[in-house]
Amino acid sequence: MNSSMLLSIATFVYALASVLYIGSWTFKKEMMAKVGWVVLVAGLVANTAGILLRWVESYQMGYGHAPFSNMYESLVFFSWTVAVLYLFVEYKYKDKIIGVFATPLIFLAIAYASLSPNIGDKITPLIPALKSNWLIAHVITCFLGYAGFAVAFGFSIMYLVRPENPDTASLRSRLPSLGLVDELTHQMVMFGFLFLTIGIITGAVWANSAWGTYWSWDPKETWSLITWFIYAILLHLRMMRGWHGKRIAWVSILGFMAVLFTYFGVNLLPGLHSYA
Amino acid sequence: MVKKASTSRIDNKIWVFFTSVKLTVVVLLLLAATSIIGTFIPQNASPAFYFQKYGEVFYRLFDTFHIFDMYNSWWFLLLLGLLVVNLVVCSIDRLGTTWKIIFPKQVVFRIERFRKLKNRESFVSSKQGSELKEAYRGFLEKKFAAPVEQETEKGFALFAEKGRWTRLGVYIVHLSIILLLAGAVLGNVLGFKGFVKIPEGESVSRVETKSGGHIDLGFTLRCNAFDVSFYDTGQPDEYKSSVTILKDGTEVLTTDIIVNDPLRYQGISFYQSNYGTAAAGEVEVVITSRETGMAYNRTMSAGKTIDLPEAGGQFTLEGFVPGFDFRGHNLGEAFVGKITVKEDKTIQVVMPLKFPTFDKMRKGAFSFVVNDFTKKYYTGLQVTKDPGVWYVYTGFIFMIIGCWITFFMSHQSLFIEVEDLDNGSQVIVAGSAHRNSQSMKIKTAGIAERIKEI
Ligand code: HEM
Repeated sequence: MNSSMLLSIATFVYALASVLYIGSWTFKKEMMAKVGWVVLVAGLVANTAGILLRWVESYQMGYGHAPFSNMYESLVFFSWTVAVLYLFVEYKYKDKIIGVFATPLIFLAIAYASLSPNIGDKITPLIPALKSNWLIAHVITCFLGYAGFAVAFGFSIMYLVRPENPDTASLRSRLPSLGLVDELTHQMVMFGFLFLTIGIITGAVWANSAWGTYWSWDPKETWSLITWFIYAILLHLRMMRGWHGKRIAWVSILGFMAVLFTYFGVNLLPGLHSYA
Repeated sequence: MVKKASTSRIDNKIWVFFTSVKLTVVVLLLLAATSIIGTFIPQNASPAFYFQKYGEVFYRLFDTFHIFDMYNSWWFLLLLGLLVVNLVVCSIDRLGTTWKIIFPKQVVFRIERFRKLKNRESFVSSKQGSELKEAYRGFLEKKFAAPVEQETEKGFALFAEKGRWTRLGVYIVHLSIILLLAGAVLGNVLGFKGFVKIPEGESVSRVETKSGGHIDLGFTLRCNAFDVSFYDTGQPDEYKSSVTILKDGTEVLTTDIIVNDPLRYQGISFYQSNYGTAAAGEVEVVITSRETGMAYNRTMSAGKTIDLPEAGGQFTLEGFVPGFDFRGHNLGEAFVGKITVKEDKTIQVVMPLKFPTFDKMRKGAFSFVVNDFTKKYYTGLQVTKDPGVWYVYTGFIFMIIGCWITFFMSHQSLFIEVEDLDNGSQVIVAGSAHRNSQSMKIKTAGIAERIKEI
C-alpha cells in the first residue's frame, strides 16, 4: 500500500459519495444522502491517510518535506480541505441537500490530480526557495481560502438553479430555501476571505524572508490580489441595497473563476511561483 | 450601521461623495481590472524587448500609459489614493454613530422589538415563573451574559447582550489597509533595494541600488566562501554564503546566509539571490613535452609564473575566461596563459575545459591541459532596507484580527419572556445579532433546547 494507491481509493470513494448525494436529490431519498455522508467521511479518511503516508514516504526518500510542493499534492490537499469544510457545514446546518453541488467539486479536484497526464505524482525534492516553514502555513491557509470559495461557488450555482416559487414538483424546487442558500454562500465567502487574507499575508511574510520584498507583483501574487479584490467587492455590495441572492451568486461565481485562474491559469504566465 | 450619507456632519458634496460604498466598489473594481494587464504584459523589461514584442504602435501606446511599470504608474497610485481617501472619510463619517451604539449612555431594552423577532422559539414549561426566573438568570449569566430583568403584565422578561465592541471589527480591517499602504510608502521613500556580487574572499562596503544610485552600507561585508550542494537528482539543495561583517577593520559578526534565512544587520538585510563563477583558485596543469614525451604536473594559481621543465622558458597562468572566443566560436570555460621563451617572445596558450587536446594542435614544444582546478565563486546578494515593513506587518496582524472579529463574532442579544399560565408557564426565547443571523438562529434554538430542561 502506498500513498498513490490510497489516494486513488479516495478518488473512487469521493465519486461514490457525490453519486449518492446527487441520487438522494434526484430520487427524493434522504437515506441516500445519509449513506453519502458516511461514504464522504470514509473518503476523507483515505484522503487524510494518503497525505500522511506521502509525507512519510518523502522522509523515507530522504527529501523530508510536507506534501504541499507541487500541483498534484496541492490538488489532493484541495479536495481534502473542501471535504472537511463541507462536512463541517453540513454538520452545523443539518441540511443534506446542500451537498449536491459541493461534493462533486471534491471528487473533481482529486480526480483531475490522479488522471490528468500533465500532472506528475512523483515525490521530488524541494528547491531551496521552498524550504521554509512558511510554506506549510502559506499553502494550508491559501487552500482553506480556496475551499471556502469553492463551496460558496457550489451554493451559488444552487441558488441560480432553484426557482423562486417552489410550487412545482420539479427537481429544482427540492433544493433548500433561497434564504438559507444565500446565507450559506455568504458564510463561505467570509470564511474564504479570511483564509485567503491569511494566505496572502503568510506568502508576503515568506517572500520578505526569502527575497527581501513582501510584494513584487508577480502574476500569481497579483491574481490572488485580484481574487481578493473581487470578494472584497462582494462583501461591500451586500451592504448596498438590492444586492442579495442572485446578484451575489453571480459575483461569487466570478470570484471562483478568479480563484481557478489564480490556481491553474497563472502557471501559463511567467513568475516566481512554480506551482499553486 | 448608518445607511444615510446625509447624516455626515460636514455637509458638503465632496465629503458625501467620499463616504459612498458605491465609490469603494468602483475603485476596487478598477484596481482588480487594471491589475490584470500587468500579469499579461511583462513588467519592467527593456524597451528593446517591448519594441520587438509589440511593434512600434503598441509600444508607444503602452508607454504613454505607463503599462510597462503599471503598478508604480501615477494612475494606479491614484486609484490606491482614492481608496484611502474613501476609507478614511467613510470611517470618520460612521465611527461616531458606531461609537454611540457601542458605548450608549444607557442600554435601553425595548420589549416590543424582541416580541417581533422572527427568530424565536417557544415552549410550555410545567414550572411557575417565579421558579424559572432564578434558574434562567443563572443560566444566562453563565452561558451568555448577565441579564437585565423587567416585569411584564403577565410575568417577566430577561434581556442579555454581548459583543457590542465587535462592531469595531470593520474599523480594524479598514485601519489595517491604511497601515499597510503607509508602510509601503515609507519603505519606498526611506528604504532602498540593491544588489551586490561579492567574489569569495572579497569585500564590499557600498551597494548599487535598483534605481541606479549607490548606498554606503556603513560597514564592510566580506564573502568568506560560497557553497552550493545538490540532490542526487541534480536539483540544487542549498545555496550558502559564509559572510563576515567588519567595522573599522575589525570583525563584528560571521554567519551564513541561505535562501529563506537572510542576514539582518543595522536595518539592512542581505538575501541569497544567485551565484556564479568569478574565477579559479588552485589550478592543476599538465605540461607535456613534445620532444621527450614526459608529462609534468604543476599546481598554480592565476597570475603566477613558473619555470618550464627542460629549460623551455617560463609559463604564466593569466586567468580564467567564462567563454573563450576562438575565431567566432565560443569554446566555453577556458584558462589562458602565455609562454615566455625569451624576453620579447611570448606565445599564447588556451586551455578550454571541454577540449583538452586543443593546445596540442598548436604544435608547440609543450602542450598544456588543465587537469583539475578549484572554482572561486561569487555570491549574488539582494540588499534591502525597508523601515516601513513593521507598519506593514502590524497592518497584517490588524487585518487578520479585524476580519476574524467581523466575520465570526457579532453583537448578540437574547430575550427570554415568561408568561404565567394556569399550571405552568409559556416561555419565549428570541435572539438577534447585528450579523450572521443564521448562526444566531442556531444558537437561539440551542439555548431554547437547553433551558427547556430547567
Ligand atoms: C481593500 C479594501 C477594503 C477591504 C479589504 C475592506 C474590508 C471590509 C470588510 C471585510 C468588511 C466587512 C464586510 C461584512 O460586514 O461582511 C467591510 C465593511 C465595510 N467597508 Fe470595507 N474594506 C475595504 C475598503 C473600504 C472602503 C474604501 C470603504 C469606504 C467607504 C469601505 C467601507 C465599508 C463599510 C461602510 C463597511 C460596512 C461597515 C458596517 O457594516 O458597519 N471599505 N469592509
